[in-house]
Amino acid sequence: MEWHGIDTWIVIIGALAAGACALLGNFLVLRKMSMMGDAISHAVLPGLAIAFMVTGARASLSMFIGAAIVGVLTAVFTQWISRFGKVDEGASMGIVFTTLFALGLLLIVLGADHVDLDPSCVLYGAIELTPLDVVWRPTLFGCFLEVPRAAFVLVGVVLLNTVFIVAFFKELRISSFDAELATAMGIYSKLMHYLLMTLVAVTTVACFEVVGSIIVIAMLIVPAATAHLLTDRLWLMVVLSVLVAIGSAVLGHLSALIVPAWFGFADTSTSGMMAVIAGLIFSIVALFAPKYGVLPRLVRKTETVR
Amino acid sequence: MPELADICNVFLLRDYNTRLVVICTVLLGCACGLMGGFLLLRKRSLMGDTLSHATLPGVGLSFILAVALGGDGKSLPILLVGAAITGVIGCAAVLFIREQTRIKDDAAMGIVLSVFFGAGIAILGAIQTMPEGSAAGLESFIYGKTASMVMSDFQILVFVTTCVITCSLLLFKELRLLCFDETFAAALGWPVKFLDILLLALITAVTVAGLQAVGLILIIAFLITPAAAARFWTHQLDRMLVLSALIGGASGWLGASLSAFIPRLPAGAVIVLVAALFFVVSLLIGTERGVIVRFLRQSQLKKRMGRQHLLRALYEILEGGRVTEELNIRTVPFRQIRGRRTWSDTQLRDYIRHAYNDGLVEAPNKVDSILLTKTGLAEAAQVTRNHRLWEMYLIEYADVAPSRVDRDADMVEHVLGEKMVTRLENKLRAYRSAGSLVPQSPHPIHPGD
Repeated sequence: MEWHGIDTWIVIIGALAAGACALLGNFLVLRKMSMMGDAISHAVLPGLAIAFMVTGARASLSMFIGAAIVGVLTAVFTQWISRFGKVDEGASMGIVFTTLFALGLLLIVLGADHVDLDPSCVLYGAIELTPLDVVWRPTLFGCFLEVPRAAFVLVGVVLLNTVFIVAFFKELRISSFDAELATAMGIYSKLMHYLLMTLVAVTTVACFEVVGSIIVIAMLIVPAATAHLLTDRLWLMVVLSVLVAIGSAVLGHLSALIVPAWFGFADTSTSGMMAVIAGLIFSIVALFAPKYGVLPRLVRKTETVR
Repeated sequence: MPELADICNVFLLRDYNTRLVVICTVLLGCACGLMGGFLLLRKRSLMGDTLSHATLPGVGLSFILAVALGGDGKSLPILLVGAAITGVIGCAAVLFIREQTRIKDDAAMGIVLSVFFGAGIAILGAIQTMPEGSAAGLESFIYGKTASMVMSDFQILVFVTTCVITCSLLLFKELRLLCFDETFAAALGWPVKFLDILLLALITAVTVAGLQAVGLILIIAFLITPAAAARFWTHQLDRMLVLSALIGGASGWLGASLSAFIPRLPAGAVIVLVAALFFVVSLLIGTERGVIVRFLRQSQLKKRMGRQHLLRALYEILEGGRVTEELNIRTVPFRQIRGRRTWSDTQLRDYIRHAYNDGLVEAPNKVDSILLTKTGLAEAAQVTRNHRLWEMYLIEYADVAPSRVDRDADMVEHVLGEKMVTRLENKLRAYRSAGSLVPQSPHPIHPGD
């Protein structure tokens, strides 16, 4: 294995993307809407396509706005269908995101001459190529750095999400655990819901432009679920989930370089391995977590029986 | 624009390639619609999503294994078996996480979906660096190749569809109980776990067979949308399943045909949109749970409740706290009615206007007071009687305190059918004040001024 400067950047970018997703994921998991991340990350496709058609450029800002609008629409439509049509929430989510994805696909194919978007790139991302898009070359402490564009975008998203969570921590906490109590206390829990959905949409777009939607879905759900098994405190859960996310980014890239060699392959996709490592961490925690792990609970149960 | 002859050619399946594509999507639509019905009722619609993502590592692994053993990596049966195996493992993982940890259903599905799909991408990424045998085309296993299906796809789909239909027909009774009351089925001694696994196996078969033909998004949509659309039209499971299969088939036929004569239109996406159109139409005009029907029903019920509240209020005012054979029929001032319940002036005026139009009340001196007509009086007596019968039933059989019984009866009296009233009468014969049509109120009536 050879480690280059580019590998450092891949790990940094992966960790930033994973952290940004994990921050929001905590609230998705607690609100039992984890699949919303999956739904939104598929559904933003028409938003991207339309933003591209209107502005004619792959400018990040218009893409962000288009995707954020469609992301919020996904949440709104899902809610409408399940409320007015009395359809199961999962089913209405599935209907909305498959329809929007199909619409986006259609727009891209029909506008193929004008739209230069690759759907499979949206799904897989190309984290390995992101360090090549360098926008800033500062010299720090005598080191010559090449900061890629993706790092800037992701630092922005991480800051945005952190500020949101810190500023609205109380509101988010109450409305996540008991939406009715929150409303009774004068917290506009619907607004919190849609703000959260907007940020999920923005984060999704920012991340899958660089790392692919599979990491987005994995990092929205898996670190938060892992942290949920380890603690009952929300702030600790948020911190732990970010740590798990960063850990899976680092180990994911390392294993993408190392593991395939054991089986005689050259290397493999970092995005995929990040998801796999996150899954492994989750499995270990799910089995051995002191309070909620499967094995400790089994032991306690047999002790009680005896 | 395509000409009429072309349109006929496509819709009547004259062209060999189109015929194959259209028939395959129709078959798949039917099979998915049928299975989707069960998934929807078990509130597991997104299971199709998880399952179809979880097949990817199986595809990659079976390819590697086949190549390592010196076989043809891209032989369809091997890939299908691999896909099915990891699909089933994924489902089992979801069930395990849900049952054994505090993680909920939604997060369990999300975890399995993303981790398995990530593993699949990693494996495919590794395969791409393999010197022997190119992996090109393996991805189309997930994205489908709707427009270029071949005979083998058709054979697989016919086989799977037959299996699915036969199994649902043979096990209809069992699967129905599984969908509606799992614990009851278990209490009856039925092998609930086995049925659950069988259902998942059938869904896996449909998903895997469909995936490589039409792709992931279409399969997910096919498993959810037709079933959700069919649900608006009926409360009967058998009818819903048939309808769901029909809607799935119809969307397949229309979507595949449409995409056949407009160049560059991706068939999968068009089919998803056609199915979504079916869903929206059903959502609006479905005859059992459609939005419009339910709105009409609700407003009718509201109207009837308002009218009955008005009539009972009038009757109780006329009664004046005593039950006599002869009511003191007089005009009742608006203010006195207003005080009977918590209703707004506009609401009350609305009810009075409706009652006036139906000839139940009249306004003889055109000021703020109304008079019950003969038909109005008869209906008011009937309404009051139902209310009191129910009150007495609650006091006698449900041990509700007389002071609270008014509120409790208030909600139920509007939906008492004729049969129910007769049964109440028989039960309460002993308590009826003899001779009088309307029994006495079991609690003091609030005067309302």
